[in-house]
Amino acid sequence: MDTSLLIRRSECEWEIPATGHMRVPVILYASEALVREMDDKVREQASNVASLPGIVQACHVMPDAHWGYGFPIGGVAAFDAERGGVISAGGVGFDVSCGVRCLHTGLTRGDIMPVQRQLADALFTQIPAGVGSRGAIRLNEQRMHDMLVGGAKWAVDNGWGSAADLERIEERGQMLHAKPGNVSDQAKKRQREEMGTLGSGNHYLEVQEVTEIHDAARAEAYGLKRGDIVVMIHCGSRGLGHQIGTDYLRMMVESASSFGLTLPDRELACAPLKSELGRQYLGAMRAAINCALANRQILTHLVRDVFARLLPRAYLPLLYDVSHNTCKVEQHRIDGRMRELYVHRKGATRAFGPGHPELPEALRSAGQPVLIGGSMGTGSYVLAGTVESESRAFSSACHGAGRSMSRHQALKTWGGRQVVDELAARGILVRSPSSRGVAEEAPGAYKDVAEVVDAAQAAGLARKVARLEPLICIKG
Amino acid sequence: MHDHWEHFDHGADIGVRGLGSTKARAFEQAALALTAVLTDPQRVALRETVSITCSATDDETLLVAWLNAIVYEMAVRRMLFGRFEIELGDGKLQARAVGEPVSIERHEPAVEVKGATYTLLRVAPADDGWLAQTVVDV
Repeated sequence: MDTSLLIRRSECEWEIPATGHMRVPVILYASEALVREMDDKVREQASNVASLPGIVQACHVMPDAHWGYGFPIGGVAAFDAERGGVISAGGVGFDVSCGVRCLHTGLTRGDIMPVQRQLADALFTQIPAGVGSRGAIRLNEQRMHDMLVGGAKWAVDNGWGSAADLERIEERGQMLHAKPGNVSDQAKKRQREEMGTLGSGNHYLEVQEVTEIHDAARAEAYGLKRGDIVVMIHCGSRGLGHQIGTDYLRMMVESASSFGLTLPDRELACAPLKSELGRQYLGAMRAAINCALANRQILTHLVRDVFARLLPRAYLPLLYDVSHNTCKVEQHRIDGRMRELYVHRKGATRAFGPGHPELPEALRSAGQPVLIGGSMGTGSYVLAGTVESESRAFSSACHGAGRSMSRHQALKTWGGRQVVDELAARGILVRSPSSRGVAEEAPGAYKDVAEVVDAAQAAGLARKVARLEPLICIKG
Repeated sequence: MHDHWEHFDHGADIGVRGLGSTKARAFEQAALALTAVLTDPQRVALRETVSITCSATDDETLLVAWLNAIVYEMAVRRMLFGRFEIELGDGKLQARAVGEPVSIERHEPAVEVKGATYTLLRVAPADDGWLAQTVVDV
């Protein structure tokens, strides 16, 4: 991106002033190097979002932003229903409530290394991953309904986890006001065999070691020490969420003109929050959030089973679970007044600061854990939400490293076997049903996650707490 | 123009493009490009036929509906398709998709497609034939 088109407000904050159809400016949080690497399409897409009705304050762009469809990936936008605000299926994305959860294990590197290979094989056998995989759980109509209403709470009620887990999930594990009746039969059918599956693409399950502590006090509050082993799970709402995205995107595209919306890009399709279609999508999207939360909860149960067999001493409580493709109703202070806003985060993580009432007691003084997935060869981060983040980007931070190279280019550059062997030589065991899938996800195809989180910290979006590096990676 | 397909780059996702002597052939080729996101279409044995119909008010929305119908059939049947035969008429598409159940060993499927988007969507005459393209989310 050409930085001469931006106004630099501070080291890691840039503004694109509102011009033309834009109702608000775009605020971009990134280092100069990251801004220069960003596609010009990010500027174009963020400016388009800034032109949508009822948008409040600014369209915010995270340091890991890249060219998406409609919204940029890494885009945050809040809308006021009372001022004609809209909700956008494209602004949430196909993988509704895709997110990351992190489990402690109570183990250290020394415990894992003697059984690293067996653990990798057992996790790969136990966790359904990749195209065409099926979960062991089949949902009939009634159970599907209960899952879509209950989320992770439903999973816990069915024996997949404990009540203590729910404290460590956004919305306490259950998104309220979900409307399974607004979810198509096709979406439900797509999900019937997909509960407890990891998916493919950039989704993964990793066993990681805490290699650096950046903030001792917050690390202690989160229960993280150097040398600790954690499990990180990255996946979303599977076929159900994808189909809801597909269904409502089409309905919004077809209805746009009836709402008097002229869209610079069809992918920005949206509906007024006060319209029937807007309300319907909100109810369906909330059901998809519950599906994602239930799915990650079931995967957690499968992981715990594997550890119980191989490493019976392990204890795997949840550190936290975050979603990074959502639209949520939140209270934010705008020009000194609290307002109810519908905050879209597309490839961005909610990052509540210390003292936020949504946080569980044990985490309230430290702020919300923000889980950042890197590539399989580099590392991941645990950050903490900050008080300043509230006044920056509606309490939001980045979500991952972000790709720097297309899948096509990655395939031309690396072979799957080569990637697996190179990582094995560095002590990282990769297990995947697809060699091509591994090549497309090669670590070199991603931006440097450290640069992204440094920019997030410099911009005041979140604070670095710990760096994690993979020992085992299960790829879909 | 000889019928063929290709992929084009789009950040984290993939563009699928079909080129054909007619609009219907271009739609068939775009569908093969979709299969090629997962696996080499030539690896897919032509054993079972699935009927697909969809409709839309314009060509471009119809292309998205068509690709999403295939995504849906691949997902619920756990199948891959190696051949498509389409009849197009008046906003309606009737098709036969021929393929087989996914085999992890034989197909080594790379990545599942979540849905077809409206990004870089285009259905238009090109050279002496037709072009049909869009970006799919993986």
